[in-house]
Formats: sequence, C-alpha cells, structure tokens
Amino acid sequence: MTKEHEQVDEGRRSFLGTAAGVAAVSVAPGVILHTVTAAPRSEAVTDAVRWGMLIDTAKCADGCTACVTACERENGLDLQVKPEGEAAKKWDMQRSVWIRKVKLEDNLTRRVTNLPMLCQHCEHPPCVDVCPTGASFKRADGIVMVDRHTCIGCRYCMMACPYKARSFIHQAVAEKLTRAPRGKGCVESCNLCVHRRDNGEASTACVDACASAGHHAMVFGDLKDPQSAVSKALAGAASRQIRADLDLNTGVRYSGI
Amino acid sequence: MKRIVYREWRIQPERYWSLLGILGAIAAVAGLAALYMEHEGHWVTGMTNQVVWGTPHVFAVFLIVAASGALNVASIGTVFSRTAYKSLGRLSGLLAIALLIGGLLVLVLDLGRPERLIVAATTYNFKSIFAWNIYLYTGFIVIVAAYLWTMAERKADAYYKPVGYLAFVWRLLLTMGTGSIFGFLVARQAYDTAILPPMFIIMSFAYGLAIFILVLMFAYEQDQRPLGDVLLFKLKNLLGVFVAAILFMTLIYHLTKLYGAKNLDVEAFILVHGGVYTALFWVGWVLVGGLLPLGIVYHPVLGKDRNWIAAASAMVILGGMAAMYVIIIGGQAYPLQMFPGQTLLESGFFDGVNGQPAWYRPSIPEVLLGLGGVAVALIITAVGVRVLQFLPESLADPIVDPHLAAKG
Repeated sequence: MTKEHEQVDEGRRSFLGTAAGVAAVSVAPGVILHTVTAAPRSEAVTDAVRWGMLIDTAKCADGCTACVTACERENGLDLQVKPEGEAAKKWDMQRSVWIRKVKLEDNLTRRVTNLPMLCQHCEHPPCVDVCPTGASFKRADGIVMVDRHTCIGCRYCMMACPYKARSFIHQAVAEKLTRAPRGKGCVESCNLCVHRRDNGEASTACVDACASAGHHAMVFGDLKDPQSAVSKALAGAASRQIRADLDLNTGVRYSGI
Repeated sequence: MKRIVYREWRIQPERYWSLLGILGAIAAVAGLAALYMEHEGHWVTGMTNQVVWGTPHVFAVFLIVAASGALNVASIGTVFSRTAYKSLGRLSGLLAIALLIGGLLVLVLDLGRPERLIVAATTYNFKSIFAWNIYLYTGFIVIVAAYLWTMAERKADAYYKPVGYLAFVWRLLLTMGTGSIFGFLVARQAYDTAILPPMFIIMSFAYGLAIFILVLMFAYEQDQRPLGDVLLFKLKNLLGVFVAAILFMTLIYHLTKLYGAKNLDVEAFILVHGGVYTALFWVGWVLVGGLLPLGIVYHPVLGKDRNWIAAASAMVILGGMAAMYVIIIGGQAYPLQMFPGQTLLESGFFDGVNGQPAWYRPSIPEVLLGLGGVAVALIITAVGVRVLQFLPESLADPIVDPHLAAKG
C-alpha cells in the first residue's frame, strides 16, 4: 500500500456528495408520490376485516339473473367462447360459472325459494385443506381464492367443495380482462371481486347489480365491523349457513330459507 | 427347500419384441391422447364441472391400489415367513413399482397443468392428503427398489427383513392414503367415511394378487417354465379370501350408509335406480368381481383348472375397474345435497334439478390415456424380467414345497 492511496481526495469526495444530494432531491418526490398512490395494493391484507355477504332470499326475484350477468361481465366470464365442434349442452356443463341462480321447492310445504349460489368464503374452507400445493388459499380478510400460478389443475378442491362453487377452465382462453386473469387448466371461483377490494371499492359486481335491479337482496361488507351494512342486516334478521352441519363458518349467509 | 435359481425371461426375441411393440404402440397412442387433451384443454373429454374426475382417475386409482397389492406376495414371504412365497418376492416388487409408475403417469398426464409438476414437487400444503400421497408414492418406489436389492444381493441379507417390514408398513399407509383421498371428502355423501381407507386396502390385496397371478402364469407359459399346482393353488385360494373380504367390506360400507336416513337417497341411487352405476355395482363389482370368481376358485373342478383360475383373476380385475368407476364417478354423479328437504326446480349450474344425476360419458382420449398407464406398467415388467434375474427358473411343486421334495 502506498501513501498516495491512503490520502483522501477531497475534491472527489465533495463532488460525490453534491451529486448524491441532487439525485435525492430530484428522485425523492417521485418515490414518495408513487408510494402514496400504491398504498392499498402494496400493503399486506390484514385480518382486521372479514368480507362477507347476507342474501335475503325473500327479496331474490324469480327469473332475475342480474347478479350472474354482472359477475360474468366483471370477471370476463362473458368472454368465454364455445370451442368449435363442441356440443352446446356439454359446453354448458364445462364453461366456468362463479355465481348461479337456484330455485328450490320445499318437499313438505311446497314453498318456493330463489337464491344465488356462489363461493361461501368459509372460515375453514375444505378446498384449502385438500389443495396439495396450497394454490387454493384464504386471504387474511377472509376471501377464499386460487393462486393461478401454483394451481396444477388436479381439481381436488372441486371434489372437496360442498357448494360446487368452483369451475375448471376446460379450454384455451382467447380473451381475458387484466383485472381477472384466467388460463386453461386451472381452477377458479368467486373471489368477492378481489380487484375491487384492493382498489378500496365498496361493493361487488353482483351486489351492485342486484341493487340496480331494485331488489336489494344482497348486502356486502365487513363482518367484523358492527357498523357495516352487512353486520347490521345480519343482526336484524334470522340467517343461516348452507350446510351448517359442516361447521365451516361461511362468510356468505342466507335469510329466508 | 432347494436353492432357488433365478433366470432372465428367455422367450424368443421375435415374441419378446412383438410384445414390447404392441405395448409400446398402446403407450405411444396414449401419449398422443394426453398431448391432445393437454393442447385442446379438458373440453375434449367427458369431464365437466360436475364430474371433475373421470376415466383417467378410474385407471390411475386402480393401478395405484393394485400396485400396493402386488407387493403383498413379497410381504407374505418376508413378514409372514412363508417360504413358498419368498421365491416370488422379486416379481412382486417389480410389478408393484411398475403398476405404481403406470398409475402415477395417468394421474399426472390428466392434470390441467401437467408442466407444473415441479410446483407439486416443491410447494406443499401438509394439511392435504394429496400432498402426503406424493411422499407416500415416491417413498414406495424407493423402498421397494431397496427391498429388491436386499433380495438380489447376498451381502444385503441383514437388511432383507427390516426393509421388508418397512415396505409392508409403507404399502399399508400408501393404500390408506389413496382411500383417504375419498374418505376425507366431507362434502360428498358417497365418500366421507372412515371405512374407505381399509376397504381400499382389502381391494388392493385382491386386485394386486389377480394381476400378479395373470402375469406369473403368462410369463411361465411363454417361457415354458414349470409352474406347479402347489403354488398356483395357494395363490388362487388366497385370491378367494381377498375377494370374499371385499364383498364383506362392501356390505359394511353400504350398511353404514343405509343406517342414516340422510344417506338413503344416495344409496338408492347406487343400489337401485342409478342406471349405469347401479348396473356396474351389481354386475361388475358384486357379480363379476366378487361372486363369480369366488365360486370359481373354490369350485372342486373349475378351481383346479388353470384356464378358469386365469379367468377368475381377470374377472377380479374387471370387477375392480367397475368398483372404481362406481366409487369415483358414481360418487360424483350423485348431486351434492346442499338443501335437504328441498327439491331443486331450476339451477344455472347443473346442481341436480329434480334429483337428476350429473352427466358423464368417457371419451376416447381418456380411455386411451388409462390404457397407456396399463401398457407402461407391463412394459416395465417385461423389460425388468427380461434383463434382470427376477423369475425363478422353476416353480414346480418339489421346488416350492419342501415336503413334496422330501417325498420325491
């Protein structure tokens, strides 16, 4: 080591200091601005909330499919195209459905009930238990969904779901929406419009559509907030879980059945 | 007992290569079928969002169950120290590995994303019995391979017993794991019962042994090696015991389901008015796979005729396929009971309107893929016995039974 190397080059040091300061001043506002706008998306989801829904079957109208149509548009399911050469009837059994209308008749009383069926967003979801890779998962805020990057398409979750809430993508996907990416060979289901949650929006497509149609049969919100619309509605009406015998503590509840 | 001499399978090259050619052609067609399904997507199959597991799963589960059963012959020799069975241990282990690989291949090639197998091998959810099965299956192959080594290598004699015990315990766990795939499904009425894992174990005993008997008879007949009555009759009598046990377990399974009023509907579906599933249950599972082979193997005349013994073994295999079809597809075809006491008038997703079962028809690519798994299992077996010393030179009565040898 020579003496020259040990001597500090003062001129070089001050230049670097000034350059760093200039750079920080010019870049920082951008960084801070960026952080602020991205806050809801970049922060981890917490269990401070639990998203859920109450469906009042008394208000659910016979023949109305507003929720189904809205869901399909919101999540790009209306872009599904029947593969060439496929029989229409079989295609109906293979296309993805996230929410469907069901009409029931009581065997004893003959009372008829209409209701939408969708993923019930269980606290203890069987689909999550059985998934070999953990692709079927529950977010901290209670939303049950599929990680499309780790789903291997084994369909064990579909075997395990007591509500038949899930669909397998049977065909190549030609068109999809950025907010709801989908691809052949993976399983999918209702995710309570998770993109809306991450954008801080108030409701889901199906709930909005039901309200627009004038029925107001579906109420969405935070089950943990006693002041939320859904909590108030649940407090005010008798409700039940479908297949309550399984004790899954579903996030979607029904009244009037 | 005389020292057993093992020899490679020495049938004429023309016969051997034509056998491999036929099996290879079936496997190649199956590969094309898998490629077609993978390229197009599952819409080309009969599988839907209602019946999500189809014919490939019938073949795959049957082969996997039979694989653990095929190892039984070796286990009887090692764990239960039956000398007569020891000479068959090598073929038993080879067949077990071959059937498992065949079954797994079908299962994997039916995945929606088979190219993501690396994900399944690196990302685990240990609450899933499926994830445990990945370990049970790969572990089985490794342990049985080690077991085969202890049989063939004299220096490994000290390990023969412990590895044999481990393989025996492991095969029981494996079949229980496979049965639990269905037994743990609380959502569906046909499943959700602790009797499925033990029933699968009993089924594996019979299906694996039936395949073993057929392979043994074929291999010895082709190579004109002696296969005495003593050993063959032991095997067919054992097959009879296992088949009777399946019938017993089947009875218990349905009795437990019938006892609760909530399951009367699904029982009526399988046992009375389920169409193809009812027919397959009674004709396939019970009659062809149970009562007929049972009658044959214990019949005073037919039970001593080799053709009839082979026929009985084939019937057990066919009955086993029927049983898998009823369990796997029939169990899904019956609609989920989400609203007890209510009848579905309309549904936007085929929830079983008016109790209608879900539609399913096997497609050609599915069947070809399943047959491909069988072909691959047989190719592995054929190549194995050809290049390695797996088959005893003779299984004539004096060789197998020391008492007969003493008399002779």
